[in-house]
Amino acid sequence: MGFVISAIVIGGGLLWILIRSLQGKDVDRRVVFTFIGITVCLAVLFQLKFGESATPIVKAAFDKIEQLPAGSKIVISYDFDPAMAPEVHPMANAFVRHALAKKHKIYFFSLWATGQSLLEVTVQDILKKEFPDARYGIDYCNMGYKAGNEGVLNVVITDIRKMYPGDVNGTPLDSLPMMADVKSLKDMDLLISIGGGKPGVKEWVLFAGDRGGIPTAGGAAAVSTPLLYPYYPRQLVGLLGGTKGAAEYESELIKRYPQFANIDTPALQMMGPQTMAHVVIVAFIIIGNVSYFRSRRKKVTNG
Amino acid sequence: MKRQIPLLIIVVVGWVLMFSVFIPPMESWGEEASLFFDIIAVFAFFLGGGNLLRVHFTKVSRKSANWGYSVVTLVGFLAMLYVGLFKIGNTGGIGAPLDATGSWFQLLFKYVMSPLQSTMYSLLAFFVASASYRAFRAKNTEATILLIAAFVILLGRTPLGTILTAWVPDSFSIAQIPNLAIWIMNSPNLAGQRAIMIGIALGVVSMSLRLLLGIERSYLGSDN
Amino acid sequence: MLKSQSGLAAAEDHAVRDAFLLTLAAFLTLSIYSFLYGDNPFYRFAEHLFVGISAAYWMCQGFWSTIVGNFIPRTLPSFAEYFQVPYKGFSWHYLIPVALGIILLMRLVPKLSWISRWPLAFIIGTTAGLNLPRYLQSDFIQQMNNTFISILPDWQGIGPFFSTLSLSAEGQLAMIATNLVIFVGVICGLIYFFFSKEHKGAFGVASRIGIWVLMVTFGASFGYTVMGRISLLVGRITFLFHDWLNIL
Repeated sequence: MGFVISAIVIGGGLLWILIRSLQGKDVDRRVVFTFIGITVCLAVLFQLKFGESATPIVKAAFDKIEQLPAGSKIVISYDFDPAMAPEVHPMANAFVRHALAKKHKIYFFSLWATGQSLLEVTVQDILKKEFPDARYGIDYCNMGYKAGNEGVLNVVITDIRKMYPGDVNGTPLDSLPMMADVKSLKDMDLLISIGGGKPGVKEWVLFAGDRGGIPTAGGAAAVSTPLLYPYYPRQLVGLLGGTKGAAEYESELIKRYPQFANIDTPALQMMGPQTMAHVVIVAFIIIGNVSYFRSRRKKVTNG
Repeated sequence: MKRQIPLLIIVVVGWVLMFSVFIPPMESWGEEASLFFDIIAVFAFFLGGGNLLRVHFTKVSRKSANWGYSVVTLVGFLAMLYVGLFKIGNTGGIGAPLDATGSWFQLLFKYVMSPLQSTMYSLLAFFVASASYRAFRAKNTEATILLIAAFVILLGRTPLGTILTAWVPDSFSIAQIPNLAIWIMNSPNLAGQRAIMIGIALGVVSMSLRLLLGIERSYLGSDN
Repeated sequence: MLKSQSGLAAAEDHAVRDAFLLTLAAFLTLSIYSFLYGDNPFYRFAEHLFVGISAAYWMCQGFWSTIVGNFIPRTLPSFAEYFQVPYKGFSWHYLIPVALGIILLMRLVPKLSWISRWPLAFIIGTTAGLNLPRYLQSDFIQQMNNTFISILPDWQGIGPFFSTLSLSAEGQLAMIATNLVIFVGVICGLIYFFFSKEHKGAFGVASRIGIWVLMVTFGASFGYTVMGRISLLVGRITFLFHDWLNIL
């Protein structure tokens, strides 16, 4: 029902814009704004949903975590801000769920100050609610944020304790059991950076993954995803790009782990409105070009 | 002193960091330099805050045009600074993380800074839509290639692409829009991005070398 | 009994507070969106508030994470005890970055701003020293290495190639096309960026192919940019309907 109503409203609106464009009349930018707003609102309200399946580049990241033996050490770095959060926070949460389900140890880092604040949301909503048995210092720990971008990585690649005298709570690292056999990032089995700016996935590849020979995976905001493809598959074992990448990871997680069947899957839910908006933008491009070629032909015909 | 000392600092620090990568005994020197860098970076944040205060206080004191908005900036700045530096509402006390749940700092982040920032960036969705309608024209070969690639990605990265070309047989599956989108990303996009990446890398390397050799001095400014 | 009642009252207070804060967040969201109609006082209010809050946010984070987290544990034992951070022993040389940091603040004093070049030089030197080997290794040598790949991956001979000839996405023909386009695309892309020689003849043809490859790259980037921006819009609309209005 929701789909039909959305289709009628969106189809009708596009037809109106097409007719107006073909008549050579101007369509005010506010009309375009309103139209894209209504499209997304309808798709969100009616909760339009589509199925997803993982593409090879996402599956490669998933399989890497899957293949590591239980108890492996995984770094998950929150390198993003609220502006990218709708895209990348779901992938961060999916990585956390997957790693904990596989009984890996998670070492949280943040190269962005905002990442530390957003990590607190993951700790409260995912770790404490869905994994009440996960113990701080044994199953996961939070190093917190440090200023200095790649300068931070340049230290932790050889000595974590030098950069982090204590964790985010000020607890000395030596009193955390999961830090007992960890000196530097070189002792980690997998690095995962989730971000979309600088520092982000690129800096983790350059200053940690490549330098230390440590497998690195990434989750990136859509805007910076194409820039990271040259690193795949030799320097990045897998890459999640934007909401679509997060949705693919969520679908793979649900498929392989039945206990996650009823979890909140924000990325999968976002793909409905995302699809509708893409349809509208594709239609805009077509309408714009049709009216352009029509006006050009008219000009040629009129001499 | 105005030019020689900065030059000396750049050359010493830069080469120490360079050598620390290749000479293991110098590793700790590189770590120290990076730690120094991190501490100075924080003072850059302070500088930003100080500059903001100066600019907006001046506007308010001179009652410049729209000075009322400067008051908003100052109130927001001082309020956040107060709750952050004194960890107001943080039940864990002075040792707890700054953004512990329930602290005023986290509340201001979650309910003020976060919506403001994410909404600000989401405005671009409207402008991108408008640009697609008004400016995205197949005017020549290059623009047409760009448009087709964008078209395939836009359709291929949604379930719609799958639905539209589900009828294409598996032996010809490269023509299915999602597979075509994957191929574009893994092949021509990768090639183009790599060419750009190599170009940038060469630029970074040559500029870094010029700095470390003391050839590049434009950052010192023109005044002596 | 009393305890549980006070607990309930506290929970109620928190619910009221959270409802107020959610409404504030929604108001700020709508204030920013009002810019779509045109510049107006609501947008300007929200914009100026954002500037102030975010500047202070980074300052606080920097102070607690790095000054308290890294400087104090190496210099000030009594402060380390007060801030509950582990003391690592006195290291005098950590006073250098703080001195440089204070000198950086001299930028705010016009007469002394020249001295801020010292810490700036430290920042520039560190960046150059860090970037040079890493960009050379990862973004140049490694990228060239990744480009010179087999054009005929998993080659089993002409017979098997023709007997299994198909245009399936995972097929050998698609893989050959992928690797060939990567190799030719990178070389031609680099030729396009080479401006020391006139783009004529074979060089001009390669440069033209380079432009086409770059156009596909920009098209893909445009597609992904649209995706990203739409996601942010969906995120905000979901916030308004789900978190604020609670109608989903």
